[in-house]
Amino acid sequence: MHRTKVRVVEDALDANNTIAGANRSDFDRAGVTVVNLMSAPGAGKTTLLERSLDGLADAGVRVGVLEGDVAGSFDADRISVLHIPVVQLNTDNGFGGECHLDANMVRSALPAVPLDDIDLLLVENVGNLVCPAEFRIGEDAKMMVCSVTEGEDKPLKYPLMFRSCELVVINKIDLLEHLDFDIDRLEANILQVNPDATVMRVSAKTGEGVDAFREWMASVSARAGAAA
Amino acid sequence: MHEFDLSSAIVATVRKHAEGRQVTHVTLRIGRLRQVVKDTLEFYFAIVGKDTNCEGASLEIIDVPAALRCTNCKKEWEIEIPAFICPDCGPGAVEVMTGEEFMVESIEVEDEEDAACTAPR
Repeated sequence: MHRTKVRVVEDALDANNTIAGANRSDFDRAGVTVVNLMSAPGAGKTTLLERSLDGLADAGVRVGVLEGDVAGSFDADRISVLHIPVVQLNTDNGFGGECHLDANMVRSALPAVPLDDIDLLLVENVGNLVCPAEFRIGEDAKMMVCSVTEGEDKPLKYPLMFRSCELVVINKIDLLEHLDFDIDRLEANILQVNPDATVMRVSAKTGEGVDAFREWMASVSARAGAAA
Repeated sequence: MHEFDLSSAIVATVRKHAEGRQVTHVTLRIGRLRQVVKDTLEFYFAIVGKDTNCEGASLEIIDVPAALRCTNCKKEWEIEIPAFICPDCGPGAVEVMTGEEFMVESIEVEDEEDAACTAPR
């Protein structure tokens, strides 16, 4: 036996990125803009969608949702009452549930997504601030929700996630009066890690700031048309 | 926890290039910004590689520092904490020069005697 060194020089995530590219081609062909929505568990992703999606039809944007969860269809059930097409994607095939969506999981769910009937697809990733940032799914934009019940230093602890997102929604601002939370410090930390980020302050519960988020979705949705 | 999936991605990439040969050593280039915990990655690499031709392979990780460049003043510097702001110009456009790598750089495989003679160095 003889040992040979083989030069590889390949991104270990190339396989995922190739599939993400195939997803992207399908989205482009259908003229659908895709947003990858991420957050820690419990930051309020689904509540934000419940609050904001119904008004999108008035803005001429047909929206669909792909719900990624380790198990169950609780989130999809909440969205479906809005009469919005929603597809549940569970990640618990294998041992335990995957903690994120990757390109292949999204690809497997695409046949169930009515791409020709929507303009904007929101992919709600599994609640997690680490792994989802690593795996492209073929999205046009990444965004995240963080909430004032988390720490102000979250961006410094999870820079990979905060840097990957063009929009950071700070949720649950209705709770600020009950908390010792410095929202300005959180925003400064977000901008230190990602100076290009758009930051919005929102209460998905009261609806404060939700209009701005709806406008952002409408403007992102218009990108597909502009690029075509 | 992402180290498990990253290990799977590494093993898949290595096996593709090993073409069935036994792998004895894997060299990775990983940027500081990837937030990879080396010990955890090694731990999962051994698990994912078990019963494959990666079993028993040693893992070497080349640490790539996080280097930034200000698009305004062209200054280049390395960071130890996640602060993506030019110390001279303040907030503005900053490019990441290095630190986002997640590469399989090279592998070492066991070859049959004859094949070794023609293998590139």
